[in-house]
Amino acid sequence: MKTLISRLACTAVLLSPFAAAPALAEDVVNIYSYRQPDLIEPVLDAFTEQTGIQTQLLFLDKGLEERIAAEGQNSPADVILTVDISRLTKAKEAGITQPVNSEEINAHIPAEFRDPEGNWFGLTQRGRVVYASKERVAEDELAYADLADPKFKGRICMRTGQHDYNIGLFAAMIAHEGAEKTEEWMTGLRDNLARKPEGNDRAQAKAIYSGECDIGLGNTYYVGLMKTNEKEPEQKEWANAMKVIFPTFENGHTHVNVSGMALARHAPNKEAAIRLMEFLASEKAQQVYAEQVFEYPVKPGVEASDVVQSFGTIKADTLPLTDIAKQRKAASEMVDRVGLDDGPQS
Amino acid sequence: MQPSQAVNPAPLPLDRLPPVRRLRHRAIVAATALIAALVLLPVLVLVSVGVTGSGEDWPHLMENVLPRSTLTTLWLLVMVSAGTASIGVTTAWLIVAYDFPFRRLLAWALVLPVAVPPYLAAYAFGEFFHFTGPVQTALRALFGWQSPRDYWFPDIRSTEGAALVLSAVLYPYVYMTTRVVFLMQGRSIADVARTLGARPGKVFRRILLPVARPAIIAGVALVLMETLNDIGAVEYLGVRTLTFSVYSTWLNRGSLEGAAQIAAVMMVIVFAILMTEQWARRKQGFHAARATQIKARPPRLQLTGWRAAAAFIAVLLPVLAGFGIPIQVLGTFALRRLDQLFEPALQNAFVSSVLVASATAVLTVSVALMLLNAARLVRRPGVLAMARVSTIGYALPGTILGLGLLFALARFDNTVDGLARDWLGLSTGLLVSGTAGAVIYACTIRFLALAEGTIRSGLEKLPRNIDDAARSLGCTPARSARIVLLPLLTPAIMTAGVLVFVDTVKELSATILLRPFGFSTLATHVYENASRGVVEDGAVAALLIIVTALAPVILLSRALMRDETS
Repeated sequence: MKTLISRLACTAVLLSPFAAAPALAEDVVNIYSYRQPDLIEPVLDAFTEQTGIQTQLLFLDKGLEERIAAEGQNSPADVILTVDISRLTKAKEAGITQPVNSEEINAHIPAEFRDPEGNWFGLTQRGRVVYASKERVAEDELAYADLADPKFKGRICMRTGQHDYNIGLFAAMIAHEGAEKTEEWMTGLRDNLARKPEGNDRAQAKAIYSGECDIGLGNTYYVGLMKTNEKEPEQKEWANAMKVIFPTFENGHTHVNVSGMALARHAPNKEAAIRLMEFLASEKAQQVYAEQVFEYPVKPGVEASDVVQSFGTIKADTLPLTDIAKQRKAASEMVDRVGLDDGPQS
Repeated sequence: MQPSQAVNPAPLPLDRLPPVRRLRHRAIVAATALIAALVLLPVLVLVSVGVTGSGEDWPHLMENVLPRSTLTTLWLLVMVSAGTASIGVTTAWLIVAYDFPFRRLLAWALVLPVAVPPYLAAYAFGEFFHFTGPVQTALRALFGWQSPRDYWFPDIRSTEGAALVLSAVLYPYVYMTTRVVFLMQGRSIADVARTLGARPGKVFRRILLPVARPAIIAGVALVLMETLNDIGAVEYLGVRTLTFSVYSTWLNRGSLEGAAQIAAVMMVIVFAILMTEQWARRKQGFHAARATQIKARPPRLQLTGWRAAAAFIAVLLPVLAGFGIPIQVLGTFALRRLDQLFEPALQNAFVSSVLVASATAVLTVSVALMLLNAARLVRRPGVLAMARVSTIGYALPGTILGLGLLFALARFDNTVDGLARDWLGLSTGLLVSGTAGAVIYACTIRFLALAEGTIRSGLEKLPRNIDDAARSLGCTPARSARIVLLPLLTPAIMTAGVLVFVDTVKELSATILLRPFGFSTLATHVYENASRGVVEDGAVAALLIIVTALAPVILLSRALMRDETS
């Protein structure tokens, strides 16, 4: 008897998940996202409030493009949200996006932040900058090239060179200054490291705070997130122990990357999806990114948050993002070749 | 002590069997092959992805990636197997053979670390041994050091550190398999040796280790596969293993083919592990001649004084490392966020985790039983080989296995949909991919090795001739399985179910890739919070993972203890 009951229970358990198929009602937008739910939920809630259209969010950490491609014409995906230019271009190349031609979106997002054919749109920018110890770093201005200067030997820390954010920076460097020069620079950077690359961007701030190193590479918005972290107040101390320096390429500009959106190729709720995309490009949504997530809005006229403005004015790189994305593979192979992730070798 | 071969005559050739049995054998072989095919499906898809690759990445991989990451992986495997084997065997032996303070409590506490996912353990160790963590802070206070330049402290973010972390949470696999052998057979043999005048140390070395060797190797094999498939811990600790290279090849160099090819290299390592395990079992004939002996146990050797203290500490340390440190670190963060416990999102994640893990446990154990039963009925190497090969999914990185499954399921769904559109004029959409069923399927494939290995060890420890005796007394094979084997195998089956449940609760990467909308497990909940670099916000869910995984572990542990004391 006991086994019969347990068998029935097991059968019920096995079958129950199949009952919950994804809803395909008209007033729903299905979002496949590389961006964390809690970052975009405030914006999505505002969208639902304004339009009555519900949103469903599926967060993935890897394989989003592969999943949509495999699902093919039956894919429930309407809108794709992601960070990093290379993922936006990859989505387009994989044929999982379709062009959107919305005057409203185009009016809000400057041309340099969108695909000419409308296959993807940038929403926010983040700078890849230097975190420097207030106490131990005298310089207030640095070029990316300076990171290879022997005067910083044993003083730099960073996360793994294979991370998207670093690959983006290295790819930009290759696009600007050529592979040979970049490799030389990367070798110098490697030998300036205080330790093997590890942790995330916040961990570099923590390492500066604790004295393990003086200079770290990180994204701008983490500083805002740390400075306002009420749950873990010690992160405020990490952020306050350092200053943000906008390093520059030879052209005097700083590397920025974008987060963005795209319309899925087989979007079942295309109209609602475009309305969501228009909303995400709107001033209201852009303000939320600026205030709550501390990113730079792409829409001209929407101010960055006060915390971010306190770093100074960023001169964002003008090189087309797609040119940078093309160097990504070369950058990744260079990281392996140089052995950046092995830490200093001399 | 009879070698099993002597009891079991060689199977008759198929054409000499009576027609009914021949038919049944064929049916069993076909069913086994079908199950094996379903389980191997994603692996085969991956192989085909790898084969279609141009190979243009290989010059780069060979020159800059593979030699390093293969060496790192092998070194990590060597250290983790040494670590888990020494911790697992020592503690199992102390618990079984000696009596010292808190022994009974520690006997089940030793299992606790199995509930801690390696990625959380890595994070906790990182925090605990960090410059700002309790250990270094205490050292600085003690010696008056100021900055990290004043003293040297080993870096947890290294291959050695990763080996420490993984050993601390994975040793229970060895502890559990070894302890069962010591309990079932070790003591009776050991007592004979002891009455003949051998010292305990010699008995351990000369008698018990050889007896337990297959069990130790079975446990270590599980540990090695877990180590191979781990991405969370090694990524956090900055160790570039083959799994890490699979991801960077796929994600940063945009080459899924190259990633699949590296995964194929990993499968070669897995085959080597499986073969080694098989080889280590080749002479295993140490099962007790009578089942009743399992219950007959003389008293433990009572330890006193410093010996008791040493035994106590030796057993306590692994528990503190594998369980204490993660609980301390995550608990501190969780205490500041207890309000999260009442969030519906967390509660839903908890329910999903329990449902998926239960379903996976039942399904996986059933599949394992079917495979092993086939091997029992059709005593042919081919069938056993099929059963073994089916377990290979365990060693693959979850996302990669998940991708293979995703491709297969989506192809299936779209084919069915296309047929339905052509013939019936309606769309069936995605039937399996993007459902919780896909998640359960993936977890079943991933953890079949756990269930198969655990139950097989149990089966091999039973005297083979009791099945034969039941059959010769007129039992059908099915009846013999039901009334003779299954009751004796209950502990092994329960253990297998619990292990699969625990691993499914911990599973992250395949779940996050394959899940449907609005479906979160505790593990994905933690990840959603942790991926912005704020693991702290996931601490409550992380502790809930540990507690959820722990409940059945404790129940099982108690059940096994009852078994032991009765």
